[in-house]
Amino acid sequence: MASLLGRFCRKLVVPGSAHGSRMTSTTACGSETVKSLNLYSAINQALHIALETDPRSYVFGEDVGFGGVFRCTTGLAERFGKNRVFNTPLCEQGIVGFGIGLAAMGNRAVVEIQFADYIYPAFDQIVNEAAKFRYRSGNQFNCGGLTIRAPYGAVGHGGHYHSQSPEAFFCHVPGIKVVIPRSPREAKGLLLSSIRDPNPVVFFEPKWLYRQAVEEVPEHDYMIPLSQAEVIREGSDITLVGWGAQLTVMEQACLDAEKEGISCELIDLKTLLPWDKETVEASVKKTGRLLISHEAPITGGFGAEISATILERCFLKLEAPVSRVCGLDTPFPLVFEPFYMPTKNKASSSSSLSSPSKNTHFLIHGFSRLL
Amino acid sequence: MALSRLSSRSTTLLQPLATTSLLRRRHISTDTTPITVETSLPFTSHLISPPSRAVETSSQELLSFFRDMALMRRMEIAADSLYKAKLIRGFCHLYDGQEAVAIGMEAAITKRDAIITSYRDHCTFLGRGGGLFEAFSELMGRTTGCSKGKGGSMHFYKKDASFYGGHGIVGAQVPLGCGLAFAQKYSKEEAVTFTLYGDGAANQGQLFEALNIAALWDLPAVLVCENNHYGMGTAEWRSAKSPAYFKRGDYVPGLKVDGMDALAVKQACKFAKEHALKNGPIILEMDTYRYHGHSMSDPGSTYRTRDEISGVRQVRDPIDRVRKLIIAHDIATEKELKDMEKEVRKEVDAAVAQAKESPIPEPSELFSNIYVKGFGAESFGADRKELRATLP
Repeated sequence: MASLLGRFCRKLVVPGSAHGSRMTSTTACGSETVKSLNLYSAINQALHIALETDPRSYVFGEDVGFGGVFRCTTGLAERFGKNRVFNTPLCEQGIVGFGIGLAAMGNRAVVEIQFADYIYPAFDQIVNEAAKFRYRSGNQFNCGGLTIRAPYGAVGHGGHYHSQSPEAFFCHVPGIKVVIPRSPREAKGLLLSSIRDPNPVVFFEPKWLYRQAVEEVPEHDYMIPLSQAEVIREGSDITLVGWGAQLTVMEQACLDAEKEGISCELIDLKTLLPWDKETVEASVKKTGRLLISHEAPITGGFGAEISATILERCFLKLEAPVSRVCGLDTPFPLVFEPFYMPTKNKASSSSSLSSPSKNTHFLIHGFSRLL
Repeated sequence: MALSRLSSRSTTLLQPLATTSLLRRRHISTDTTPITVETSLPFTSHLISPPSRAVETSSQELLSFFRDMALMRRMEIAADSLYKAKLIRGFCHLYDGQEAVAIGMEAAITKRDAIITSYRDHCTFLGRGGGLFEAFSELMGRTTGCSKGKGGSMHFYKKDASFYGGHGIVGAQVPLGCGLAFAQKYSKEEAVTFTLYGDGAANQGQLFEALNIAALWDLPAVLVCENNHYGMGTAEWRSAKSPAYFKRGDYVPGLKVDGMDALAVKQACKFAKEHALKNGPIILEMDTYRYHGHSMSDPGSTYRTRDEISGVRQVRDPIDRVRKLIIAHDIATEKELKDMEKEVRKEVDAAVAQAKESPIPEPSELFSNIYVKGFGAESFGADRKELRATLP
């Protein structure tokens, strides 16, 4: 798995391919020094840069002082002091509300929610306060400096409350942005953009990739633009759209499909709200087929929004119905995680139709059915 | 129990150890003649007069305390090894060090009183009458577990003993507990609900909301803060302006209890139950300590010194306290207690072995109990066209 991810991530740095031109470098230094980093180190670097470049930025949350449970905030308290990097008590609603207040005074508040599964007490603050502040005050006030970071997604043994993907709930709220990186290099650039974006941003980090994904990450300060999707693999037969850790699975499916002669175009959405409809539309108009994949349960997942929009825009160009390969409509299970996940699975279960060990075969089967 | 049962029953209290002879030992396993023991510390109270320090107990009770706590301790240590052997996956929060709270509470209440707690629930489950086999099966995710293998470590439940579990989200169980108390009052059950939470959860807003409602409507809710002084890695003085959790109720009376003394816990819970039935909510703060880290992913030594941990173990260990009491009151010898512990160990090992043989739930169980059985809802996954399951 690690080597697969490594291959996947390193692949993205190959110069000269379509995505290379989308990287916005803010500095024009001659040779770009890169370092091999994993996801949490890349995020850590981004936070260091954010705090360095803006003296009115703060990082706080549960246990961030010693470095955080995932080491994303290592070294920050030592370097910037306990007045700027501090622990909060165990109260998500309080933490986010507090962050909104801080941001309303013109500061950059980078809030950490320890696991996305715990974000729900803060849901009211995010939806009713953060998202609507600028709107309801007629632009007098805003909390654009607020960025909420939370690890999301399956981790192999997380169970009900350490594996959830709640991005769909937040994509339903006009006024905030939702950003999900797929790799260390992306994460650093996207996080810096999110922190500096003048709107409140919810930034979900795929926790499975914290240690697993390793990539060459430039050491300087760079930002990757929000609301710009990226075509990370070009193809002509089918468009696949995803985000976060799920892209590694889809990449594998693309490789398998290629062996069967199906050419896949893989798009990383990066920003889910507001999402880059144009890129996906252009791709689907080219290929005529769309498949969306995410870890969150299928019913009401963000794939539904993408499907509906693309259907509106590309109806006459579609050669097959839009397909979604997602998590099951169940609470995130403990022992059943391999069955739940929309992933290639070698579990030796009974070969009923519900067995997701057929999922990748199914994807290919799906492709050939569509062609 | 392989303890000697001998004829003569002595009704005098403290017999000097020196004169221990087999003939003069009491009938240890069933002797219920009251013994009065003083708690280690006086109770500190808030807005209420504290109960007396003198606790009534008996040989039988002390021995059962010892055995049950030893069982809990052994179970947690076995769970530790199983987790390291990767037979238990997910998260595992161990209770060793805090056994006195579970045991003392059980001694003061009945199975009609409800208990609801957080994710550190293995020993509370055992205290409610749960079996070792069910516990280990659930930890390893087998169908024979108390939640049919679908809950895991954090979600043990036992309906027939009014044990409402086992909750992963910190503090979420407190409003639930007050709701249970409301139902008990409404049905005139003369029972109370003990809602347990930790010092970390004490800062959750929902706790204060629930407390206000409970006080407003005089609900028979006893809120028990198991203060082990660390909310995961954060010490209480760094997360709370006022770490006097028993006073946090403001208008709700509170009692601070030495949570490592099972008899003090028993006294406090008895007192609290009486109060709650008559006057409404009360907060108990159990001053306790956990030897393990927050969970199996936490070594437990980065935010506290090993000296502190071993210090507490030497001076305040709940099992040792009861052991000393038993020996001082000449209820059993050191050797007998050690034999009891060995027996307990065998019992735990047998349960582990049996649980290891148990089957994993059927894949179709993934879809069961999402809604009421027979509801007929459809669940989709992987693709809405290919995979369609009608929920059982």
